[in-house]
Amino acid sequence: MKDMLETVVPKAINWNRLEDEKDLEVWNRLTVNFWLPEKVPLSNDLPSWGTLTDHEKQLTIRVFTGLTLLDTIQNSVGAPALMPDAITPHEESVLTNIAFMEAVHARSYSSIFSTLCSTKEIDEAFRWSAENPHLQAKAKAILDTYAPGNDPLKRKIASVFLESFLFYSGFYLPMYWSSRAKLTNTADLIRLIIRDEAVHGYYIGYKFQRGYEKLDEAGQQELKDYAFSLMFELYDIENKYTEELYDELGLTEDVKVFLHYNANKALQNLGFEALFPPEVSEVNAAILAALSPDSENHDFFSGSGSSYVIGKAVATEDEDWDF
Amino acid sequence: MTAPFPELVYYSSKSGNTHRFITRLGLSATKLPEEQDQFVNMTEPFVLVCPTYADGEGRGAVPKAVIRFLNNPDNRKFILGVIGTGNRNFGETYALSGRIIAEKCKVPLLYTFELAGTDTDIVRVRSGLETLGRSQCSTAA
Ligand SMILES: Cc1cc2nc3c(=O)[nH]c(=O)nc-3n(C[C@H](O)[C@H](O)[C@H](O)COP(=O)(O)O)c2cc1C
Ligand SMILES: [Fe+2]
Ligand SMILES: [Fe+2]
Repeated sequence: MKDMLETVVPKAINWNRLEDEKDLEVWNRLTVNFWLPEKVPLSNDLPSWGTLTDHEKQLTIRVFTGLTLLDTIQNSVGAPALMPDAITPHEESVLTNIAFMEAVHARSYSSIFSTLCSTKEIDEAFRWSAENPHLQAKAKAILDTYAPGNDPLKRKIASVFLESFLFYSGFYLPMYWSSRAKLTNTADLIRLIIRDEAVHGYYIGYKFQRGYEKLDEAGQQELKDYAFSLMFELYDIENKYTEELYDELGLTEDVKVFLHYNANKALQNLGFEALFPPEVSEVNAAILAALSPDSENHDFFSGSGSSYVIGKAVATEDEDWDF
Repeated sequence: MTAPFPELVYYSSKSGNTHRFITRLGLSATKLPEEQDQFVNMTEPFVLVCPTYADGEGRGAVPKAVIRFLNNPDNRKFILGVIGTGNRNFGETYALSGRIIAEKCKVPLLYTFELAGTDTDIVRVRSGLETLGRSQCSTAA
């Protein structure tokens, strides 16, 4: 009995002995990406905020409290739940970085609120998020898989779906406002979050693939079935959530296309094929441009690619080139 | 008669997105090795497919294995164009490696796609490569 309770001392982490190069690559990207909401001049959005209708304001605050909930879950439960399953010590370090950034994300929505809204509006929206059945349902579906004792790979599936799919019914709105030149500073902040989530979804999906490739065929099939059925379950909830939020503005169909597009990308992060066919997943150009400003789609093949300019802010120097 | 498609050269890390795209495309392709001591030397025209691994400022966007490959002037002689890949969620640096290579090698950025690509990307890239291959044949003849 005494032996079982003996304290286990971990080995001191040695970043000069890597078992998986990806750990360092992702650590480096995450650390250079580090940011805080104070960096973004949110108060410049006040005039623009004033042009929104009461309903549009309420919708925006609600959407952001929904996103806050997901970041809160990933900060306090999701990323920590992945830590005991880490295959390398460096993976644990990366996960602590991810966990902390989720806290920054959750915190930054409150910065937006305190800049743009009244206390009464904020309290109302947080009450709404605690009571909204669809939001609660998606939170529960994810939390169930995070529960202790669950399959580590199933946990990663749920985590990638949160990072790469569930946020997007919410992210749509600031991208939509930005495409109409509204709340552009808020959109800048959301783009920082989106960039972080891209690395999170990539990394957790990558670690999933490393575990998945070790399974036999039956084990792989079981996990893949699990992934697709969880996706269907979440998709169903997201559809209802989307309708409730966006029907009044007439945006529901557009948001659903965005959901399909992101569901496909989430599945690709796990190494699986897309689920939704192109006809229902081609996102409108204004939203795509809002996601990646200054980098339009290039299709030289069909003659529609415009000439490109490397943005001034983008460094291209690399000492390894020798021409 | 040679196949109408130009050769493909690509890089894909262990996350395997680009590799999955190339597999679905079903065309002859050479994967660039990660190992520093292994080299690929091209002797015929090819199109390069390259994912992006930038830091926040866009540095390091082109993977080292691709830089090593392009540092060989013989390989540069045969490059017809580049297809850049990435993830739009990276914002301004989306598919930046394609833009950088196009600029440095003075070849067109033929196309960009995200992650492992969609069915639409497969169709467009196949038909674009076919057209490019045909025009190559007629200039070579
Ligand atoms: C550390 C890191 C940095 C990345 N930076 C960018 C980027 O700046 N722009 C971009 O479009 N994609 C970026 N990506 C996304 C990859 O280009 C994308 O996932 C690609 O499909 C990877 O290809 P592969 O799986 O064949 O290696 C980055 C991914 C990682 C892990
Ligand atoms: Fe987050
Ligand atoms: Fe995240």
